[in-house]
Amino acid sequence: MQVLDATQGRDILEELVEVIVDNRQYLSDVDGAIGDGDHGINMAKGFRLCGESIAGQSLSLSKALGTLATTLMGSIGGSMGPLYGSLFMGMAKSVKDKNVLDAKDFGEMLADGQQSLEQISDAKVGDKCLLDTLVPAIESYRQAIEVSDDFPNALQALRNGAQQGRDSTLDLEAKIGRAARLGERSRGHLDAGAVSCCLLLTRLADSTERRLEKAAA
Amino acid sequence: MQRIINDPDNVVDDAIKGYLRASPSLFAATDHPRVLKYPGSPSDKVGIVTGGGSGHEPAFLGYIGEGMCDAVAIGEIFSSPTADAFLEAFRSAPHGQGVACLYGNYAGDNMNVKMAKQMAEMEDIEVKTVIARDDVASAPAAERDKRRGVAGEVMMWKIGGAAAARGDSLDEVIRLAQKAVDACSSIGVGLSSCTIPANGKPNFSIEPGHMELGIGHHGEPGIEVAPLTSAEAIATAMCDPVLADQDFAGSEVAVLISGLGATPVMELNILYAHIAERLEAADIRVHRTDIGNYFTSLEMMGATLTLMKLDDELKPLLDAPARSLAITQC
Repeated sequence: MQVLDATQGRDILEELVEVIVDNRQYLSDVDGAIGDGDHGINMAKGFRLCGESIAGQSLSLSKALGTLATTLMGSIGGSMGPLYGSLFMGMAKSVKDKNVLDAKDFGEMLADGQQSLEQISDAKVGDKCLLDTLVPAIESYRQAIEVSDDFPNALQALRNGAQQGRDSTLDLEAKIGRAARLGERSRGHLDAGAVSCCLLLTRLADSTERRLEKAAA
Repeated sequence: MQRIINDPDNVVDDAIKGYLRASPSLFAATDHPRVLKYPGSPSDKVGIVTGGGSGHEPAFLGYIGEGMCDAVAIGEIFSSPTADAFLEAFRSAPHGQGVACLYGNYAGDNMNVKMAKQMAEMEDIEVKTVIARDDVASAPAAERDKRRGVAGEVMMWKIGGAAAARGDSLDEVIRLAQKAVDACSSIGVGLSSCTIPANGKPNFSIEPGHMELGIGHHGEPGIEVAPLTSAEAIATAMCDPVLADQDFAGSEVAVLISGLGATPVMELNILYAHIAERLEAADIRVHRTDIGNYFTSLEMMGATLTLMKLDDELKPLLDAPARSLAITQC
């Protein structure tokens, strides 16, 4: 059975930092169409700070995710600080005592993150927010491991679910956040939080898959 | 971008340095770089805390001072302060008799205040909140809980601050601040967009020759785009939804006209002349009028109108002495 080494988490986190920092302008442009246009700026700031604080350290996946969570909550504010902060904190707690993660543990980590996020916000699927990416992605992952414990296959399901979820926000009318006041006029634009969530989940899946391949080789 | 800045990512911190240097009698630094407090607050009163995104100056920091708020949490431009910042603001304000956190209805502020309030409870600091929802354009009256807070927040801070200064209890301060903001109906009109320095380009666009009625303080597009005609027509477009929101006829009101950042104060007075005529015609008596840049949106052109219905309880609190960057009165 394929497992992810959870004692080493820094390089996975560095990849998450990279994908957000690289997409700073793109995320702000998506946000600018119906929101404040600051999503990329704030996300990149928080992730960059996290990257600086974990640089050169040997950290478990749990510690690395926990550092990301506290950095986001303590440094970026807005809506995304508490939302992503509680998501990553829930994930960090979920894998606290684990040295390796199999496909099922990885799925539980995602589900615990979602649960933690839902405790802080009343947002739900269909509101045109990051949950529109997160929830179907996790559901797609869960369905995949019900059928088979093939880890890479489940990661592909995570990516597919995330991308479909992200794209679903195009036709949605925003129910929360600043775009909610636009009503009908928010249709036809992706939600920036859903886009950043898709970038993060996709990179998390890519990074995990590469580590599985490396371990197998 | 024609801006007086250094690194666009550091505008908020750079601005705080200026405020601290310019007004040491109003602003003192705290243990958190994004929290300022009024150094003259007596410790034996209810603390008043506010906070919100930057870019709305003089809001939010311009409302700490004597008879006003005691501490402020400062966010990035158009973005809620962190929970850590709100928590430090609670600690920095007088808190032995509890803290009233008076802020506006935005998703980020709601979450961060909620988290900070929970953290404060662990330190035995009692925090109660009033969330301003005075923008009539952001949701119908039946869905008032969805409305965002705009310049009515100024009235909420003034009333809450005055109540705390005269020694009212936390529950009484909360009741009066809530009453104050419930008595407010506001609307904005935008004539141009605004640019977050770190973004480098306008947040949205308003075509030349047009205006957006109901525009949000963060450039949230308004409810209606209309041709830009005269100040008189703008006054009518703004007064209609505000006067329809509450029964103001026969009562006394306070009027607050705030520029959004780039509209000359002269034009705000041109606008007000028409608003005053309209109020007079509707049998509404104006107790006081404040016109200026009280709650802005970077360099957006436009204005907000806030009408506050007064009674014998609110009037003396509104007129009570205050000293802050944005409001000073004897």
